[in-house]
Amino acid sequence: MAEEIKVVVFTLGQEEYGIEVEKVKTIERMMPITRVPKTFDFIKGVINLRGVVVPVIELRGRFGMAEEEHTDQTRVIIVAHDEMEVGFIVDSASDVIDITSDDIEPAPEVVGGIQAKYLRGVAKFGDNRLLIMLNLAEVLNKSEIIKLEQLEA
Amino acid sequence: MDLNQYLSMFIDEANDHLQALNEHMLELESQPDDVSIVQVIFRSAHTLKGMSATMGFEDLASLTHQMENVLDMVRNHQLSMDDFIFDTLFRSLDALEAMVGDITNGGEGKADVTEIVASLQSIVSGDYKKEKSADESASEQETSAQSESLDEFQRSILEQSLEAGMHVYHIRVELREDCVLKAARAYMVFQVLSQYGEVVKSAPPAQDIEQDKFDSGFSIFFVSQTELEQLKHEVGQVSELESVEIKDMTLEDVRQWNQRADEVHTSAKETAATAVKPAVEQDKPKSAPTASPASTTQAAAKKSSASPAPNKAVQNRTIRVDIERLDVLMNLLSEMLIDRVRLEQLAGELKQHDLTETVEHLVRVSSDLQNIVLKMRMVPVDVVFSRFPRMVRDLAKSLDKKVDFIITGADTEMDRTVIDEIGDPLVHLLRNAVDHGVESIEERIAKGKSETGTVQLRAYQSGNHVFIEIEEDGHGIDRDKILSKAMKNGIVSPDKAASLSDEQVYQLLFASGFSTADKVSDVSGRGVGLDVVKSKIASLGGHVIVESKLGQGTTFIVQLPLTLSILSAMLFTLGTEKYAIPLTSIVETGLVQKDDIRRLHGGIRMIDYRDSVIPLLSLSALFDCASYSDMDEDEIEIIIIRKGERLAALAVDDFVGQNEIVLKPLGNYLKNTPGISGATILGDGQVALIIDPNALLK
Repeated sequence: MAEEIKVVVFTLGQEEYGIEVEKVKTIERMMPITRVPKTFDFIKGVINLRGVVVPVIELRGRFGMAEEEHTDQTRVIIVAHDEMEVGFIVDSASDVIDITSDDIEPAPEVVGGIQAKYLRGVAKFGDNRLLIMLNLAEVLNKSEIIKLEQLEA
Repeated sequence: MDLNQYLSMFIDEANDHLQALNEHMLELESQPDDVSIVQVIFRSAHTLKGMSATMGFEDLASLTHQMENVLDMVRNHQLSMDDFIFDTLFRSLDALEAMVGDITNGGEGKADVTEIVASLQSIVSGDYKKEKSADESASEQETSAQSESLDEFQRSILEQSLEAGMHVYHIRVELREDCVLKAARAYMVFQVLSQYGEVVKSAPPAQDIEQDKFDSGFSIFFVSQTELEQLKHEVGQVSELESVEIKDMTLEDVRQWNQRADEVHTSAKETAATAVKPAVEQDKPKSAPTASPASTTQAAAKKSSASPAPNKAVQNRTIRVDIERLDVLMNLLSEMLIDRVRLEQLAGELKQHDLTETVEHLVRVSSDLQNIVLKMRMVPVDVVFSRFPRMVRDLAKSLDKKVDFIITGADTEMDRTVIDEIGDPLVHLLRNAVDHGVESIEERIAKGKSETGTVQLRAYQSGNHVFIEIEEDGHGIDRDKILSKAMKNGIVSPDKAASLSDEQVYQLLFASGFSTADKVSDVSGRGVGLDVVKSKIASLGGHVIVESKLGQGTTFIVQLPLTLSILSAMLFTLGTEKYAIPLTSIVETGLVQKDDIRRLHGGIRMIDYRDSVIPLLSLSALFDCASYSDMDEDEIEIIIIRKGERLAALAVDDFVGQNEIVLKPLGNYLKNTPGISGATILGDGQVALIIDPNALLK
């Protein structure tokens, strides 16, 4: 039996991405962000989410894509994973769809400029649309970035 | 019946009882003759037994039952406390604690206690004394002599009877050796006596006599209005009696009975076996050192305002509240504080009289509320301190040292979250004090000090901080020894060593992998510990200072914040950004003119402050602030911050003002951001970061 999965769909550039709905706490419009110094460039800072301080990261920056001006469509997806609560800034968040776990195929090396390890897989849906499923554990893994930076330095 | 719902209650109460048992045992050790303490201990043990049995923790119940047996005998003067009994009871308490700990962690509370139970049983049966003494008969005589002594209750009955004009007789009955049914004859004697008065006490006890557990005779304390002669006649009617001695006792006789019994028993001992005597004398010096620290602990506890004894009598009217609920309450309150600040701003803008008045009232009520909620989370440090006397006692004993342990200020209150974390660091420091600080007895005598060392644990509040001091009058810290060790370990370079201040040298103790103990002992000296202590205390927002005089002793001073969640802070801006800095680390604020700044090579800027020169740190440069740079200003606002002895000035843009802010974590993702200790939400809903001045002063 294939498992049914509800997925929140959002976009970065032309690509459509998905995060399991149970990992998503809320989706917010852009709000004032307080910059936190001495952190990675893609960490935009912290927001006040109804009394709780939540860090937000620019997902484009996280994946090494060019950052763009925020628009009316820009959304912050608040995800909770492994005791961490983080907001992802994305170009837009459109809807929630159902897929089955069978639809997800392993990701090729690089999809839309993102390394495969950040991805859980790729799913086909609707009329030939491609949904890239994120691997939250890797996206939120900071130690790996620190290692990278040390190599570059 | 589902017992799970009672489990947490059981654990709480069991811990309370264990704590009480520990405390009173220590108390008893200092006053082994005080029966009232035994009563208290007995009651605690009894309650614990009942609770454990109800909850189905059989091992716990059976061990407490054995303890109860021993305590019962002590209570009834059938047994007097000695070193062996104390040690066995303390070991039992440890086992009980381990079992309760196991239950707390979801276990079954099972443990192998057969050895301890066996020791306890040997105490009850008196066997352990036989093991000690060469002559068995001596100890037997001892028990028989002791069992004839009167306890307080019995004595008071006899005294009252005498005062009421009744006769008190001491009757000694010897049965004939050829008597067949000893128990039956004895029963008949009791039967006869019961017609004329009341048997207050018999030795051996009545149930033993009934079960034939006596040799050839027994004695009875008897209260009656009948005359001696008639009584003698009546008892004499019973056949197969060898002799009946009846003595009419006076008030004096009753009062001195126990003393006489003791004399009888010691003289019996002396005549029976000379081998016993050295054994007894050997015991004495052993018990002396253990008793003395406990007695002073006792004295100190009485001096301090949080003396446990009088408090115990008055039961506090309290309810237990899940700490999580208090946390929720705290969170809700901090939400409200944010709204309060916002309301204040709005009212200020609208300038409507009624609104302003209402908001002012709200402000007063909510700050009262804030105080109460904060107080609710406050716990006296006694919660942590109370387990230390026992620990120090055991430690001193195992190291063969004499230590007076004095606690003061146990009623000082701190936030629950700090209390929970502070226990382990303090254990480390106390162990160090007893192990490395206080010298061995010989060494102390050689140095001309009193052979008993003193370790003091003091807590007091000062401003927004609580200070905990651990002071001992031992070795003191040898500056040269530390330096040579530090140079050997490569922590300090030789040329730098000479320029270090004493305080800086002492701080080397906290470097990881550092230990000056010549020998690695069981207790400490492995070079781990003090660095852990330091990082733990630093993580609580506190720090440790060391003061020492070589040969006179060392004091560790731990400074801790009262609470972790609400703090007074100074808000300031850097261009468009707002930051907060805790008031506790601010010395003062001020202005400097650009021309007054001295520039050293390497771009370091210094300013004159009072009589010294301190570095001027540019926050905007440190934090890569785009919207402001202090380099462009002619007049710079500065905040002087302090960490220990070190001072520095922070260049900022503008002061906003002082505020009570609620500390919020940055979230796990941004944990350990350098220079930032957290965030707070301002009245307008914006997040302001809280600066960690300690990180800036590194």
